[in-house]
Amino acid sequence: MLKRLKQDLTMAEAARLPGGARVDLLLVAEMVERGARVLDVGCGDGELLRLLAETRGVDGRGIELSREGVNEGVAKGLAVIQGDADTDLADYPDDAFDYVILSQTLQATRQPRVVLEHMLRIGRHAIVSFPNFGHWRIRLQVGIAGHMPQTDNLPYSWWDTPNIHFCTIRDFRHLCDVAGARIERAVALNAWGRALRFNAPWWFWNLMGEQAVFLLSRQDGRAG
Amino acid sequence: MVETSAALEPADRAREADAPHSLVVRFGADKPLKLDAGVDLSPFQIAYQTYGTLNPERSNAVLVCHALTGDQHVASIHPVTQKPGWWETMVGAGRPIDTERYFIICANVIGGCMGSSGPASINPKTGKPWGLDFPVITVRDMVRAQAMLLDHLGIGTLFAVAGGSLGGMQVLQWAVSYPQRVFAALPIAAATRHSAQNIAFHEVGRQAVMADPDWRQGRYFAEGTNPRRGLAVARMGAHITYLSDAALHRKFGRRFQDRDNPTFSFDADFQVESYLRHQGITFVERFDANSYLYLTRAMDYFDIGADFDGVLANAFKDTPTRFCVISFTSDWLFPTSDSRAIVHALNAGRARVSFAEIATDKGHDAFLLDEPELFAIVRGFLEGAAKARGFEVTHR
Repeated sequence: MLKRLKQDLTMAEAARLPGGARVDLLLVAEMVERGARVLDVGCGDGELLRLLAETRGVDGRGIELSREGVNEGVAKGLAVIQGDADTDLADYPDDAFDYVILSQTLQATRQPRVVLEHMLRIGRHAIVSFPNFGHWRIRLQVGIAGHMPQTDNLPYSWWDTPNIHFCTIRDFRHLCDVAGARIERAVALNAWGRALRFNAPWWFWNLMGEQAVFLLSRQDGRAG
Repeated sequence: MVETSAALEPADRAREADAPHSLVVRFGADKPLKLDAGVDLSPFQIAYQTYGTLNPERSNAVLVCHALTGDQHVASIHPVTQKPGWWETMVGAGRPIDTERYFIICANVIGGCMGSSGPASINPKTGKPWGLDFPVITVRDMVRAQAMLLDHLGIGTLFAVAGGSLGGMQVLQWAVSYPQRVFAALPIAAATRHSAQNIAFHEVGRQAVMADPDWRQGRYFAEGTNPRRGLAVARMGAHITYLSDAALHRKFGRRFQDRDNPTFSFDADFQVESYLRHQGITFVERFDANSYLYLTRAMDYFDIGADFDGVLANAFKDTPTRFCVISFTSDWLFPTSDSRAIVHALNAGRARVSFAEIATDKGHDAFLLDEPELFAIVRGFLEGAAKARGFEVTHR
């Protein structure tokens, strides 16, 4: 029964469009204005930066923890540096970017709140995408099967996962309040990478959304 | 270290210092080089090499800056040693710094001994080699002289400036002194200031030179001597700092040189000793001892942050230049932390910066060696920059 459940959990392929781009990345790209200055925190091999450069003409920079990811990105001609979201965001001056993006990385930071606050300081906008720990499949694995969840999207065992700060959509909204972020737009994607109904209530998103993308700005109104 | 080489006498080097086997431009009394020491160097000359072709828009020039003991012969046979250029793996047809796309310039630094004015050159006032009468020069002076060379060549903006170690220091100084003239900068295995440890190593090297009785207070040309032993010891010490414990162990271990047992003497029993002695001897053939003093001093004085009241970020504030900073994991002379400091300052100055650390056990010298990842990164960075600059990008 568990095996069937696991097969059912496959979303990674469904969430990749025929062209190869990941749906969540396309969704992030769509939130970014053309020609904007963008910092992608935890940019991996630079897939999103490339997409942003090609489709939105942005002036993009990236930070990535893994040396392989960085060197691959730099060799592609991207402005990527080796660095750590938890320690290196402090170096950037206020309002250095139009958008600071944290794509599928929040859950791997040591201090998500500090990271989010820096993002809102450095950028006029912050975009955060993350896997929703409130999704029903994950609730099922923890609540019924009684073990830490493992999905194609989150394939690690609990003892070797880089993901140390999972949250639900509901939890993230709480963090936004605490960190002084205004939610300008939020989208939840279901297991097939489709956006959930716009007018669905938050509890529904929190149960049915496999991942979420938030566009944020500073609550103090400094954002443009 | 008492072996001598029959190959080259000081006179050969002296000739190279004044009439080099390369292009040379002489600046007369109307164009003095204003030095940080507060004096003018005039007249003076710069020896340089070029590779590739300058395009009609004059927009494809790449300046390569050489390291402490390098010279203008980046990708051509060295006239003294007859060895291939020092960066032929990086510069050439189809190489990352491609001579088929870019016009590459490399000039011997001021203070050097391969044709640009330095302590081995003839002092026009006395008709004898300058020796210690040559003014002390800085990295900024080197860059200022290079800018005069570019003016002479009619090149306004450089597409890129690239170099490792002292060359990387010059790259950074270029970006600070002439930000509008540098489109892309590649400082490799470099730092914005020379560390106390590095100054200490340099001081040991200089003391070795000056302790050699043949140094004669720097007047060895006039007295017909050559401080070979001192300079060789300086080079041996420095050479260790360019490598790493792991690389030395991999190459030599504790193996004996042409013998099965220790000789119970102070011969070069170990391969590593023999190797270092060879490094010392061959270096003395091609390099001037006084130049070694001047160039190490220039590196010691290098501290960009100090020029900006200790706030390094101000040096790069709103710079239009795009940077690619590269370091090597086993480089303990210019460790990754030095490169990271550059990156932090560039980020604070809102610069467009890439930074890659390359895993290797080859130490500081890795920038001169066969490092495929280094080549891929330099190639990718330059291609990205070329695209941004509006060059046609050719994919091989």
